[in-house]
Amino acid sequence: MKTTGAAALITAVVTAFMWLLLRAESQPSIAVLIALAVAAGVVAARSRSLARVRAGAPERVVQGFAFAAVVVLALLLRGDDFSLLLMTRVLIVILACLGLNVQFGYAGVVNFAGASFFGVGGYTAALLCTSTRLPHLLILLCGGAAAALVGTVLLLPVLRTRGHYAALITIAFALLFRTFLEVNDTLGGPQGLKLRELVVGPFHFNDAIELGAFEGSFYLRYLALALVVLTIFFGLVLRLERSWIGITLDAVRLDEIAAATFGLEIARWKITAFTLGNFIIGVAGALSAFMIGFIAPNNYAFAESLILVSILLLGGVGNPWGLALATAIVILLPEKLQVIQEYRFLLFAAMVILILLFRPAGLVPRPPRRLEPGG
Amino acid sequence: MTALLSCRGLTRTFGGLVALDALDVEVAEGWVLGLIGPNGSGKTTFFNVLTGLFPASAGQIRFENAEITDLKPQGVYRIGIARTFQRSRLCLPLSVFDNLMVGNHRNLNHGLWFNLVRRQALRRQVEENVAAARELLTIFHAPLAARLFEPAGGIPMIDRRRVEVCRALISRPKLLLLDEPSAGMTHEETLQLMDDILRVQRKLGLTIILIEHEMSVIERITSHCMVLNYGRKIAEGTYAQVSRNLLVRQAYLGLE
Ligand SMILES: Nc1ncnc2c1ncn2[C@@H]1O[C@H](COP(=O)(O)OP(=O)(O)OP(=O)(O)O)[C@@H](O)[C@H]1O
Ligand SMILES: [Mg+2]
Repeated sequence: MKTTGAAALITAVVTAFMWLLLRAESQPSIAVLIALAVAAGVVAARSRSLARVRAGAPERVVQGFAFAAVVVLALLLRGDDFSLLLMTRVLIVILACLGLNVQFGYAGVVNFAGASFFGVGGYTAALLCTSTRLPHLLILLCGGAAAALVGTVLLLPVLRTRGHYAALITIAFALLFRTFLEVNDTLGGPQGLKLRELVVGPFHFNDAIELGAFEGSFYLRYLALALVVLTIFFGLVLRLERSWIGITLDAVRLDEIAAATFGLEIARWKITAFTLGNFIIGVAGALSAFMIGFIAPNNYAFAESLILVSILLLGGVGNPWGLALATAIVILLPEKLQVIQEYRFLLFAAMVILILLFRPAGLVPRPPRRLEPGG
Repeated sequence: MTALLSCRGLTRTFGGLVALDALDVEVAEGWVLGLIGPNGSGKTTFFNVLTGLFPASAGQIRFENAEITDLKPQGVYRIGIARTFQRSRLCLPLSVFDNLMVGNHRNLNHGLWFNLVRRQALRRQVEENVAAARELLTIFHAPLAARLFEPAGGIPMIDRRRVEVCRALISRPKLLLLDEPSAGMTHEETLQLMDDILRVQRKLGLTIILIEHEMSVIERITSHCMVLNYGRKIAEGTYAQVSRNLLVRQAYLGLE
């Protein structure tokens, strides 16, 4: 009960901070806010107070608070297109990183082509929404299915080779994929493709919102959809981790020989994790494409794949909450602090190196699995 | 005698090195077979070939009258053969419970639907397994049961050894292969561990092959012995018979 109260308080503080940060425009005030956040983060980490609250509060409660925080923040910022766009992007990238997390964090399958599978989802959505009359929610799932399907191309090499070689193969795939998009005329070549407006039931996503006295940006709908989709997959991924499958994937990652000796089919589980992960990344890609309205090969460059991987390393491999935090940092920081914009890759590289050196388990290390009764 | 396990001409080479040399072995149900021999005599290799980690270069293995020579490790485990490793192979970041559940893989439901959606049923299966894991750990070392959800990397070496034995035991295999399970333990701890293993063995009607260097342990708990040297069987029988064997005394006990 006490921890629930503390969790509520922390959620309120974080929400207020995010509101201030997203509203702030003058560079000095943004810098001060970020400095404050860093200081608070250091204090929280040192005193382990956050970790204690986190360990004490039930998972459902924490998820509920996070969900509520996003809703409140979105309502506070209802007219602010840019902030809402940023928030939605954060949600979508968290979703994509969840996919990577299943692959790399749980099963230990490297994937440096995350942006490519994101792209498969996006291009699938673009093609399907212009050439078919499939319901758009179904198209999101098709984006995931297409990404999972394209992923099977990489299965054999990923299963046969280990470590660095598997990584190199996914890198090669990422580079090839981008080139393929650029030279392929049916996919729009370098100019890319436009998408239709997202329509779900009675909701046309590009219309401004007017409900009596309430007026809001059209981005609110995208944000709401992204939040719902993310919540579903977030819950599923957490369930996956807290199940026999979670244990199995961990064992496959940690010791293939011991795992095989106890009957674990290594290939089957790597394929499962890789396919599930790509599916999630594909759904995220489709959602993102609908929101932006057009897609081009440039959006799916290898550098974007690297960003996804660095988010994972930064946040804490295997911890969905950690990667949510890392995504917020990686996306919001360069957008709010313009001095950083140009040097963002340099900055991320430095952050990843520092993390690997001084906090190898990431900003929010993965907690032990809570599979025990009552956990 | 109907053999549970029987090997004929089992051979394994590494390049020019013959690690197992035309080995014939018969193990009957209920035996505790001590496998002894000097360093590098092929004991661990025998386990590795048996469990399918290394394919045999020649010869055959039969288990419960079925040919299993070419089974993969997964298949060997599924028919009821489990093992420990000479060098501990626990997943250290995972909890003791998680490690035990890796060992219980063949009895758990790994369906996606079951694990993601049928959470109540999963919870029941978890609770049953928590109880079973506690019970098993308590046999070996009662305080260990209280540390079920701590990372395996955080418990003492000795306890890790016990957990490894439990991981092999929890699926209730028919044949248990123990590769120096007491490495790093004191004499007392070793005897204790062996007594606990014997207790479970009698309760479950297990058959065990045990690799162990300490002769007093072999003497005390095994029903039969087999001695390897350079991959060859040089003696077998009860401990009393084997220890009288001159070849053994020269090769292994270092006596003239
Ligand atoms: N994977 C391998 N590759 C090459 N040679 C190997 C391999 N495994 C074992 N050997 C060799 O096979 C021989 C038998 O090794 P094994 O590990 O079976 O001995 P052991 O009887 O278990 O010895 P110890 O008592 O030291 O554990 C040794 O000469 C060893 O060097
Ligand atoms: Mg050995």
